[in-house]
This record gives sequence, C-alpha cells and structure tokens, in this order.
Amino acid sequence: MSLRNSLGSVFAIAAFAFLIASIALAFYWVPTDADQGFSQRIFYIHVPVALTAYVCFAWGAWKALRLLWTGDKRYDLESYTAVHMGVIFGVLVLATGAIWARISWGVWWSWGERQLVLFLILFLFYCAYFMLRNSVDAGPRQARMSAVYSLFGVVLIPISFLAIRLAENFIHPVVFTRDGPQMAGSMFFVFCLATVGTLALAAALYHVELSGKRLDLKLKELRKAHS
Amino acid sequence: MTRSAALRQYASDVAVLARKDALLELRSRDTVPAMLLFVVGSLVVFHFAVPADLSAETERVVAFGLLWVALLFTAILGLTRAFVAEREQRLIDALVLAPCDRSAIWLAKTLAVIAFLLLAELIALPAFALFFEPIDGRTIVAFLLANIGLAAVGTVLAAVSAASRTRELLLPLLLLPLAIPIVVGGIGASVADEPAQFLAFLVLYDAVFAIISWSAFEYVVTE
Repeated sequence: MSLRNSLGSVFAIAAFAFLIASIALAFYWVPTDADQGFSQRIFYIHVPVALTAYVCFAWGAWKALRLLWTGDKRYDLESYTAVHMGVIFGVLVLATGAIWARISWGVWWSWGERQLVLFLILFLFYCAYFMLRNSVDAGPRQARMSAVYSLFGVVLIPISFLAIRLAENFIHPVVFTRDGPQMAGSMFFVFCLATVGTLALAAALYHVELSGKRLDLKLKELRKAHS
Repeated sequence: MTRSAALRQYASDVAVLARKDALLELRSRDTVPAMLLFVVGSLVVFHFAVPADLSAETERVVAFGLLWVALLFTAILGLTRAFVAEREQRLIDALVLAPCDRSAIWLAKTLAVIAFLLLAELIALPAFALFFEPIDGRTIVAFLLANIGLAAVGTVLAAVSAASRTRELLLPLLLLPLAIPIVVGGIGASVADEPAQFLAFLVLYDAVFAIISWSAFEYVVTE
C-alpha cells in the first residue's frame, strides 16, 4: 500500500515539474507559429491531453481484457478508474478544442475537425458506459458487462476515425487543415515535455482515485459485515 | 468429438435456437408489425421535415440520410424486444444452463434480428422508393451489410440492457455511438460517387464487431 502511495506521489511531483516547465517554455521560449500566431500555443495543452485520453481509454480496455481473462475483480475497479480519467481528459479535449476553433476560425464548433468529432463520439460512448454501470447492480456481472463495453470502445476509436474521414467525402470537403507533423525542434521538445507531464498527471489522478474507490469498497464491505 | 461433428452440433444448436425465436414471433406477432409500422410512420414524418424546394442532388442526400436514420431507429425498436421473452420467463437462465456453447445463443439471436430487419426493409425500401427516391443495387447491398453489423452489436447490447434496471432505456444510449460508423458507411454507399470504399468499410465493421460480439457474449449472460 505504501509503495502504491509513494508511486502516486512520484507521479504527482513529476506532473507538477513537467507541466510547469512545459507551460513556461511554451509561453516564453518556443517561437510563435507563423500561420496561427500566439493562439497556436494551446496546441501544447490540447494535443497532449488528447493523447492522454487515448492512453486512459486503452488502459481501461487493457484492464477490462485482464478482467475477462483472469476473472480477478480488482481489474474492474482499475478499468473503471481509467475510463473515468479518460472521460475527464476527453472533456478537456473538447473544451480546449472549442477554444482553439473559436480563436482560429471564429466558431466554437467545427465538424471539419476530425479529432474533435471523434472525441464527441467517444464522449457519448463513455457517458453511456457510466449509465450502464449505474443501472446494473454491483457484482461480477456488472464488472463483466462494463468490461465488454469498454472493449467495444477501444475498437470504436479507429473505426470511428475511419468513418469520420470517409464521411468528409459526401458531407463536405475538408475546409480547415492544421499543421502537419512538421514542426521546429523546440516545438517538438516542448510538446513531448507537455505530453509526459499530462501523462504523469493522469497517472497521479488515477492512483488517487483508485485508492479512494478501494477505500469506498472496503468501507461498504465493513459496514455490511458490521450490520 | 471430432471437429466436424462439433461444428455440426454447433450449427444445429444455432438452428434450434433461431427457430425458437422465429416461432415466438410468429405466434405473438409483437415485434415485426411494430417495426413495419414505425419505419413507414417515420418516413411520413420525414416528408414533412424536408423542405420541398431543395435541389435534386441535395434532396437525394437528405432523403437517403433520413432513410438510414429510420432504419437505425427501427433496428433499436426491434432490439429492445429481443430479450423480452428471455427475461420475463427467466428463459435466459435455462439457455445459459443448456449444454450448448453460449455464443450459439448470440448467433441464433443475431440471425433472428437480421431476419426481422430484412422483413422491415422489405416494406421500408419500396415505401421509400415510392415516397422519395428510387433505390439502386448499392443501397440494397449496403442495407444487407448494415443489418449484420447492427444485429451483431445490438444483440450483445440488448442482452446487457435486458439485465439492467433501466431495461429498454439503456439500449439506445449504448447502441447509438456504436452505430454512427454504420450510418456513415450506409449513407456513403447510397449517395457517394464511389460507393465501393463505403461498402468495404461496412464489411470491415461487420467483421470486427461480429468477432468481438461473438466472443464477448458469454461474459454478458453468465451470472
């Protein structure tokens, strides 16, 4: 238990250091983007947060797979917590994406931005995941159903991305394009720093939330035993 | 048991279970008439939702879009009934106890759902051709492919929602995000200049989700 707690603290400290460093560098060191100007700096928050959300969903699906594979119920809580973190970061992606769209194109929402549309679909999907968990009684069956659904989710990510790309062929052509992967070395460095920081933040939150949920569960079991 | 004997056993299990669903529907006539009435009713509603002065090309895209939405909602309507008999008569427990592979239950139910969807489309597509636009071969192929994907995923989710407290309320919420790629593939196959890539996409969706649903169903129905 103490090892787990200290791991959480390590992640928290790393997140703090990396995020502070990346924000400072993103504002004062990285050259301003030639096309988009100052507002492009939201890139150093938006994209790392999006990557972190994907990692959380994948982590949740991996734990779900482990649950179905081994039947060990502790994986259920881990999968649930990972999805929970993924949804929080997913909402942040939608919010930062909306801000970026507003500044770049003058609208809060653009169906031309694939990543945002994908996150909207994923947001709907994982909200349904919470509905599912809430409407099934706690127990091994709830754990397995949630696990199956989160496995659906991780397959839905690439399929939906493909669908959104295909849909552009008949709905409308791509109007807005964002910079490709070609960026200056300093930009890439800060981007990596921010990504590591966000991942560490997610890991720290995951540990805190997981130990909170474990405590809850233990308390419930003790109450049950006591009464 | 040899491999081929096991396969034959599996096939006969599936056939018996699918026959049970067909027989139940034939006797009660609950689901299919409701689906037929619903799909025709929604087409009539759509007529009033689409402005009359659209250009021919826009009207075509909008009409086919609405047709696919109608199909999706009809499928949801049918799927909410898919496990009602199993739940109300506690039949699902007996099925899970039966000495057959649990995935056979999924396959049989999926086949039954596909059959119901085909019946609904047998009415919906001619009605659409009568009210809106002519139907061509690629739309029919797209519908055949979409039925497989919708039924495969929908059957697992219907079993999930049948076991939940909120029952029918849960299924549309679970299914809609997963059905978005099907609608994209279907509309694209109906209206795009090169339908082949959309049909290929539907095949991909069917294959991927049929495999996951087939292997995951057991975990959903066992206590």
